[in-house]
Amino acid sequence: MNEIKQISGTAIPLFLDDIDTDRIIPARYLRCVTFDGLGEHAFEDDRKQDPSHPFDQEQFQDSQVLISGRNFGCGSSREHAPQALMRWGIQAVVAESFAEIFFGNCTSLGIPAVTCTRDDLKEMSASVQADPKVAVSVDIETLKVTVGDKQYDCQIAESARNSLTSGRWDFLGLLLEKQDDIKQTAGKIPYLNNFAS
Amino acid sequence: MSDTRNLFNKVWDLHTVSELPNGQTQLFIGLHMIHEVTSPQAFEILRGRNLPVMYPDRTIATVDHIVPTTSQSRPFVDTLAEGMMSAIEKNCDEFGVTLLDIDDERQGIVHVVGPEQGLTQPGMTIVCGDSHTSTHGAFGSIAIGIGTSNVAQVLATQTMYLNRPKVRRVVVNGELKPGVFAKDVILHIIRKLGVQGGVGYAYEYAGEVFDRMTMEERMTVCNMSIEGGARCGYINPDQKTVDYLQGRPFAPKADEFDKAAEWWLSLASTPDSKFDDVVEFAAADIEPTVTWGINPAQSVGISENIPSPEQFDETEQVGIAEALAFMDLTSGTGIKGQKIDVAFIGSCTNGRISDLRQAAEIAKGRHVADNVKAIVVPGSQLVRKQAMEEGLDKIFEEAGFEWREAGCSMCLAMNPDKLQGREICASSSNRNFKGRQGSPTGRTLLMSPAMVTAAAIHGCVTDVREMLEPAGV
Repeated sequence: MNEIKQISGTAIPLFLDDIDTDRIIPARYLRCVTFDGLGEHAFEDDRKQDPSHPFDQEQFQDSQVLISGRNFGCGSSREHAPQALMRWGIQAVVAESFAEIFFGNCTSLGIPAVTCTRDDLKEMSASVQADPKVAVSVDIETLKVTVGDKQYDCQIAESARNSLTSGRWDFLGLLLEKQDDIKQTAGKIPYLNNFAS
Repeated sequence: MSDTRNLFNKVWDLHTVSELPNGQTQLFIGLHMIHEVTSPQAFEILRGRNLPVMYPDRTIATVDHIVPTTSQSRPFVDTLAEGMMSAIEKNCDEFGVTLLDIDDERQGIVHVVGPEQGLTQPGMTIVCGDSHTSTHGAFGSIAIGIGTSNVAQVLATQTMYLNRPKVRRVVVNGELKPGVFAKDVILHIIRKLGVQGGVGYAYEYAGEVFDRMTMEERMTVCNMSIEGGARCGYINPDQKTVDYLQGRPFAPKADEFDKAAEWWLSLASTPDSKFDDVVEFAAADIEPTVTWGINPAQSVGISENIPSPEQFDETEQVGIAEALAFMDLTSGTGIKGQKIDVAFIGSCTNGRISDLRQAAEIAKGRHVADNVKAIVVPGSQLVRKQAMEEGLDKIFEEAGFEWREAGCSMCLAMNPDKLQGREICASSSNRNFKGRQGSPTGRTLLMSPAMVTAAAIHGCVTDVREMLEPAGV
């Protein structure tokens, strides 16, 4: 897996709280056996109801960094949600906080999901609204988000940061290395061993 | 020295395989439940790497999200849904996983089936590619929802990496008033702690209210832990847990059951157990609770008014205004009396036999209001069968409810059961997100099954307590 240290490009602001995964990708698009084609349906229902939705605005079409609010990605465990964002073009998410399952799913896909303070997010969001072409970067080695010439502190769980920056986010590969340990643990779990004491 | 670990940490430690230098635990998973929506891509990952399922006998599959609840004959009318059925059938066959398919009477919503079959047991680690896996915590297990990449990892290695959460004890003491149900308790807790209050925590529900609850009521509470941000919620196993499991198909048998029961009970947290946080609520403060907004914390007691944005912290006001606008509800008016178009009884939260009994008790001898479409969707085929043996289907049908086949149905509307346009639905499900019930502009009011039934009968949100007392008393 490649090392993911910095995502650079431009940003798309969606500074709302409690954006749930049903909104990110409505359930009807989960009727599929692959993740192909989900990108075009990201936020579909919100977009239909809000003609000014950032995901429909020309100036944000090539953005790599999504800026949002508190508790982003709450609700359903559907990995289709970060898959839809990724396939739309998002490579990093900056928000005030994340729901746990969503955060884990992002890390599985190599998408850094970093948190910033609400005031900083408000300012970033305003800067990007004012100048959609402003250069934005998310650096998880230095833990800085840069918007134009302004720098902000960000945070990400150390476990995710470590995995992404070292390129060790093929968790399946890592788990597979521990076959013997897995069997040894299974050997001491009562319900796998007829509850023998 | 006595063991001061709570149940969560005892179970976690027992299942720890290894620790990554980054602090994450590789956790052995005792039971992996899969369904048709979040598993096909995971099996593809295994195919891509030429990997088998490591413990097929610790893995069980069913179909629930996309199944129609009217005619279930194959092929399904929805070709996309039919494609998903074929995929899980092929995958389970090829990888040696037991599938409780649509033609198996054990089929149903994965979180109803697990407990019903005795698959869910205390002290287990349980995962499923579904956020409501927290339901299984009702037995004193660590049960968490996972994404599809994790599903592939667990299929291939029976393990996954997790950060150990903190444990918060959520205590509710006292006695619930008549007409206040498990659903009201969990809606109240989420309202008070917030939709993200539980992020980073597992919730241990403790106190007199949970001690008194039946296993099915405990499942309702644990089910919605994730709606409060807690990926996992649990209740310590007690004699009720043991009694529930006795005789279930996948539960241990004979002498082994006795040994199992002894071990299960030994896992419970004790008065010496340590917690990272403790919060307390009084049962007497809990009313029948109804959501008015677009997340499950946006709720009020039935006697309260719909709030206005000014009543909230400044950072929340934009979200509250957005919710009120979407719901088209007016601040300062009572939630009671709000008109509904649809009533839905079912889901992994409230689709079990006791839920249907409570609803039938209210429906009996009454009739659904004109212009209300009301449906009852049992959580599993066995729940459906039991209900029919008790004559509940007749009670519902005579009252004007549609009696359906088992599945997730209108909780998330991946099957043909959907709201239309701006319809507003009194629902016993778990999420009131925008568009959740199938219409992008459809609206959901979450409440207990008894409250849904009351709303169906009156055509508007109703205090079910007014219907519980015999006439003339």
